[in-house]
Amino acid sequence: MSIDWTRNETLVALVILAFCVLAALSDPGFLSLATLTDLLRGGIVLGIFAVAAMIVLISGGIDVSFTAVAAFTMYVTAMILNAALPGLPWWGALAMGMAIGACLGAFNGVLIAFFGLPTLIVTLGTMSIFRGVMLTFIGQKQITTLPPGMREFGRMMLVRGENADGSFYSLHGAFLITVLSVVVTWVILHRTMLGRQIFAIGGSEESARRIGINVRAVQFFIYIYVGALAGLAGIIHASMARVANPFDLVGLELSVIAAVVLGGARLAGGHGTLTGTILGVALIVLVRNSLIVLGIPSTWQSVAIGCLILLGTGLPAWQAKRAAARAA
Amino acid sequence: MQPIRRLVASPEGRLAVIAVVIFVGMALLSPDRFLSVQNLTSMAFQFPEFAILALAMTVTMLTGGIDLSVVGIANMTAIIAAMILTSVTGSGDGVGVLLMALTVSVAVGLVAGLFNGILIATLGLPPILATLGSGLIFTGIAIAMTGGSAVMGFPPATAWIGNATVWGIPAPLILFTLLAVGISLLLTRTAFGVKLRMYGANPLAARYAAINIDAMLIRVYMLSGALASVAGMVVMSRANSAKADYGSSYLLLAVLIAVLGGVNPYGGYGRVIGVVLAVLSMQFLSSGMNMLQVSNFARELIWGSLLIFVMIVNTWRAKARHA
Amino acid sequence: MSDALVTLEGVTKTYSGITALDNVGFTIAAGEAVCLAGENGSGKSTLIKILAGVEQADRGRIAFAGVDQGPLNPRLSAAAGIKVIFQDFSLFPNLSVAENIAFSAEIGEGARLFHKRRVHDLAARTLKRIGVDIPLGVAVETLSVAHKQLVAICRALATEARLIIMDEPTTALTEREVRVLLDIIRRLKADGVAVLFVSHKLAEVLEVCEHVVVLRNGQKVAEGPAHEFDAAILTRHMTGRDVAGTPPVPLPASAPVLMEVSGLNKEGACSDISFTLRAGEVLGVSGLLGSGRTTLAKALFGLVKPDRGTIKLDGKIVPLGDPVAAAEAGIGYVPEDRLTEGLFLTQSILQNVAIGRLDAHGARAGLLDLGAAVSEARDWLGRLSVKTSNPEAPVRSLSGGNQQRVVLARWMARSPRVLILNGPSVGVDVGSKSEIHAIIAGLAAQGLGVIVISDDLPEVLTTCHRVLVMKAGRIVEDIDAVSISETDLAHRLAS
Repeated sequence: MSIDWTRNETLVALVILAFCVLAALSDPGFLSLATLTDLLRGGIVLGIFAVAAMIVLISGGIDVSFTAVAAFTMYVTAMILNAALPGLPWWGALAMGMAIGACLGAFNGVLIAFFGLPTLIVTLGTMSIFRGVMLTFIGQKQITTLPPGMREFGRMMLVRGENADGSFYSLHGAFLITVLSVVVTWVILHRTMLGRQIFAIGGSEESARRIGINVRAVQFFIYIYVGALAGLAGIIHASMARVANPFDLVGLELSVIAAVVLGGARLAGGHGTLTGTILGVALIVLVRNSLIVLGIPSTWQSVAIGCLILLGTGLPAWQAKRAAARAA
Repeated sequence: MQPIRRLVASPEGRLAVIAVVIFVGMALLSPDRFLSVQNLTSMAFQFPEFAILALAMTVTMLTGGIDLSVVGIANMTAIIAAMILTSVTGSGDGVGVLLMALTVSVAVGLVAGLFNGILIATLGLPPILATLGSGLIFTGIAIAMTGGSAVMGFPPATAWIGNATVWGIPAPLILFTLLAVGISLLLTRTAFGVKLRMYGANPLAARYAAINIDAMLIRVYMLSGALASVAGMVVMSRANSAKADYGSSYLLLAVLIAVLGGVNPYGGYGRVIGVVLAVLSMQFLSSGMNMLQVSNFARELIWGSLLIFVMIVNTWRAKARHA
Repeated sequence: MSDALVTLEGVTKTYSGITALDNVGFTIAAGEAVCLAGENGSGKSTLIKILAGVEQADRGRIAFAGVDQGPLNPRLSAAAGIKVIFQDFSLFPNLSVAENIAFSAEIGEGARLFHKRRVHDLAARTLKRIGVDIPLGVAVETLSVAHKQLVAICRALATEARLIIMDEPTTALTEREVRVLLDIIRRLKADGVAVLFVSHKLAEVLEVCEHVVVLRNGQKVAEGPAHEFDAAILTRHMTGRDVAGTPPVPLPASAPVLMEVSGLNKEGACSDISFTLRAGEVLGVSGLLGSGRTTLAKALFGLVKPDRGTIKLDGKIVPLGDPVAAAEAGIGYVPEDRLTEGLFLTQSILQNVAIGRLDAHGARAGLLDLGAAVSEARDWLGRLSVKTSNPEAPVRSLSGGNQQRVVLARWMARSPRVLILNGPSVGVDVGSKSEIHAIIAGLAAQGLGVIVISDDLPEVLTTCHRVLVMKAGRIVEDIDAVSISETDLAHRLAS
């Protein structure tokens, strides 16, 4: 198999590899099951967010409201379940989260698909609206006693074990949900006409309209789907953290988009792969969790992520510029 | 009827109506408190810091770009200034050291903007990603320099920028007015301003029209960086401290204000007067709601709703004109 | 006629009071090729949109195979076998050739799932049908213009196509590619597919057409069998007057050398280009697409950086690869694609002219002398007789010919020494075309050197003193334009 060095996936995979080699050299304990489970655990919520952000980027839009959707959903779901439906099992909580998230996504969808407003502006506005509604009318205090369904879900572990040094490691069952989200999204994008239409709209919205693609319906679907994924991520986040804090998650959106772009999705639309997105998330989580292993103090974390973003987008941009100069 | 129709025909005109309606509405709802001298002055002290950031955003948006690093630059330059200010302990009011700190801060802002400009113009990165990345770096440098804690203990002169009044007019307001007039002149009455707007309208045509694009873009982001550093000085002076995570909500607020002010986020259109009106609307709304004991978070809700409302109206007007 | 595939009768469409189509009617039979000719703004595009179902007619009858149709929409039209190939092809640059070809077919069938195998088979079959070979897996953005058009044709053919409407099919193609296209059209006609060519540059497709319809100002002004039309007759009907091409005024032997290009080389695009241009001379550069003619033009203006070589203007070396320096040295460039490269569409007409000379109008304290800049721009609009009621209006409100004059005015205001015009009359109606040719002659008379890059041979012969023929990146011939006929020149280009 030949390796395409110009692809972002290759680049990110190499950086991850280099990071791991350096980390293993400076701390042999790095290559352990505990590191791996930490990494996977850190990728659960970020991974679902990234998949959601990627679909929007492929369609040629950008969504910055998904973290606000997630925060809103987890808070409201926890509150409703506590007040009215304490008996709902964990899967019911997840379904309810997806439903609430989908409704909020539909709000974005209406503004984007039917009013034709620019996606960045709409989601910037709805981000403030969702957050504002939650904090003004619903509440600002953390919900520390989650409903039983979410508590039950929070305790579901896939793997649990003890390290040689006596510390524990575990992998949360929600990891499977992230895997499932990736698989379902892959099937939609690559095995259904709906998915191909998402790519087509990202390639050229006008052309899509001309060959009879119902652009509005596709866009509407995208934002509902993204809302549902964000809602799902919100419930998982709260369950794993065992608290629904309305101030959580918001502020993460740009890092998520950065991870997706690192993985090769283009802001202009039409391009993006799940492999790249997963690698991008892995790199961001690795930097967040393990920078210290390389002897870099954690205060330098955001400098490191910033440099990665510039490197990950700068190299392809620079290559494209050189290729254009050669070809012209 | 005719003059009113002409007024609401432009985004700025509609915004002026909105600003007046909000002002009058708030004055009616809470006449003695909203119209009090104390409230009016306090508003004039509050808005310049994010209004200056919105000016920076406006300049970059006119080229079809965006500067997501403004808050990072503001905090980084404020911390550097703060470190200079705290390193000099001694007698006197510290005017000399304040001037030095100011100069260094603006210079660092220019260098940070130069960095953005090189990434965007020379290396060809999309502005949104270049400034997202560089913003993290600037914030990261600010964190690394301070370990995340606040820097404080400035000489007394520092407070002047953010808290003094000149003939009863708050210093930050004077600063903002000067900057707004300056930027407005720059955009409408200089070759640089016209070119950057034309570039925003069609970057390729600008290249074919022999406009020196790289130099222009670098200057745009340097200007944005310098404005961000000035905003950082105002925040530092008003808070009497500097910290890496100050004003993090200002980033999206600045984008929001620029767009609300009628600036086309894809480039090519935008006027300073629109941005000023948008800032005033926001400030009237927040202060008024403060008086009415509305929660702080309701502001976010209202800002977001206002943004979407204005966008719907603008888009609808544009469509109506095309048909 | 009962065997008509498409019948139009009394089709009328008005946009906010302006009549775009006025009582237009004609028929197209199966297997027939029809030319629909007309200048820009004659109502051609409106007619395409109505047939494609993108717009609805206000009045009139449209029948497919004798069956009257109600209000159309894109899906209904496509289901009836009406396929439009838009001027920009409307492809998806990020998707593969196979997917682009099969996409409408899959949508039309209402497929929910995506079967890669089925898509590939359909695409391969369709490509085979028109006898071309393009790799199925590559992204369309990497293809040449001619290949993109072939993909667009295949997309139209992938499902049952009964009428293919081609909007300006030849503007992006060179002669050889046009011939390939005509071959394909002949095959389609043999299969019983009807073709409607819609263009303002139709002479080259006349040979495959049976029937010609000419529109002017929304009305049908001429109709008849194709053999009754030739380029001159078409032009007369389209414009309502005769436009005669006159060769340029001969260049005096004493005209001094203005520009000297030697050994200009750009890896993979053009090699070892050397020529001289004299003051007052109009030099044509012609060649097929991919011959390097556009790269050469861009290299002269610094938009492309050559690997080596020199450009001298008035004996002074012009820095390579820097449009700003080239413009300062006195070289101007009017690009081929006005809409994306030439104009700032949303900005005012005045600003589009003034942008070239802003630096010359600096006044006190770095501020611009706006009054002077605007009055200078107004003056140029007048000199080039740009027809507009409001120079403050966005430039996109102008017609193609007037837009081209705006770009010309921008450069002429800078009083350049050498002006390079790439496709000066592409997308310009016939009437404006001759006026633009007169402007070119006027520039040469003032002593400018003008380089005209074009594959529109009558244009080259009416404007140029000398023609350089390019092939595979090299100048292969340097011909005195007065001594050569159009057919001879066409032969030299394509051989």
